[in-house]
Amino acid sequence: MDTRIIIFALLGGSLIGLSSGLLYLFNGRIAGISGMMSQLIFPRPQAQAAAFVVGVIAAGIAAAWLGMDIPKTLGLGVVALVLAGLLVGFGTRLSNGCTSGHGICGISRLSPRSFAAVATFMATGGLTVYVLRHVIGA
Amino acid sequence: MRAILSIALSLVLGLVFGLGLILSGMTDTTKVIGFLDVAGKWQPALALVMGAGVATAMPFFIIARRRGRALLTAELAQPPKAFDKGLIIGSAIFGIGWGVAGLCPGPVLVWLGRDPLQIAPFVLAFFVGAFFAQKLIAVRASKPLDQAHEPNIQKA
Repeated sequence: MDTRIIIFALLGGSLIGLSSGLLYLFNGRIAGISGMMSQLIFPRPQAQAAAFVVGVIAAGIAAAWLGMDIPKTLGLGVVALVLAGLLVGFGTRLSNGCTSGHGICGISRLSPRSFAAVATFMATGGLTVYVLRHVIGA
Repeated sequence: MRAILSIALSLVLGLVFGLGLILSGMTDTTKVIGFLDVAGKWQPALALVMGAGVATAMPFFIIARRRGRALLTAELAQPPKAFDKGLIIGSAIFGIGWGVAGLCPGPVLVWLGRDPLQIAPFVLAFFVGAFFAQKLIAVRASKPLDQAHEPNIQKA
């Protein structure tokens, strides 16, 4: 693997972990993005979750400003986006978490639920890509 | 005052979180799918992202749990400990969606800032999906009384 990729992966991951850890230590909240997004609508908008969400969106805006070397396109059609959105929205709500909530926070808390969740979505994620890429050839 | 501080802190931490997502490559769908593509040209970088994330976060979670309370707000979030069918089925479905687009919720928020029109179909569909899951949860929670004491067996 390219050294740059490794360094940025570690650096980026550390920032994700740092912010998640500090959110829990200071605000007692789990940095689970799927939950925060759902909370914007039901039960009702929550100030802290909304603030965190705004912060993440702001990072996206800032990155474009700062001219950071980031992908310009998702490389996906509308159908794929809608299908993925439905599955991710449904699945994360049902399992009460995602890669940040279960993957980072849940594992950091040594939560058996989160270990199971992560193992499951990693498995189906890998299976899905396998089928799409190597069986269907999409 | 503390409430304002905790909200301001959430904003700043969200910014750092987003920056982390960008630097780590999680907003690059080809990298994510490359990570999930174990049979193809495997790109393992994302394993480092999660590893570094957990390694950095864990000390804070340990400290927080020892204190028993958060530094600014009172309660520490205590997610449920019991397993439920929704956890596994939901995770499986989320994983499929993740495999389709290489997008999980965090990067989606970053994309909302970067190119809202491009990510809009996903975001709208996300809320539709979440809505239906919420309905399903509500329906299962209000099962009739004679089933209330059954173990958590899913009826198809």
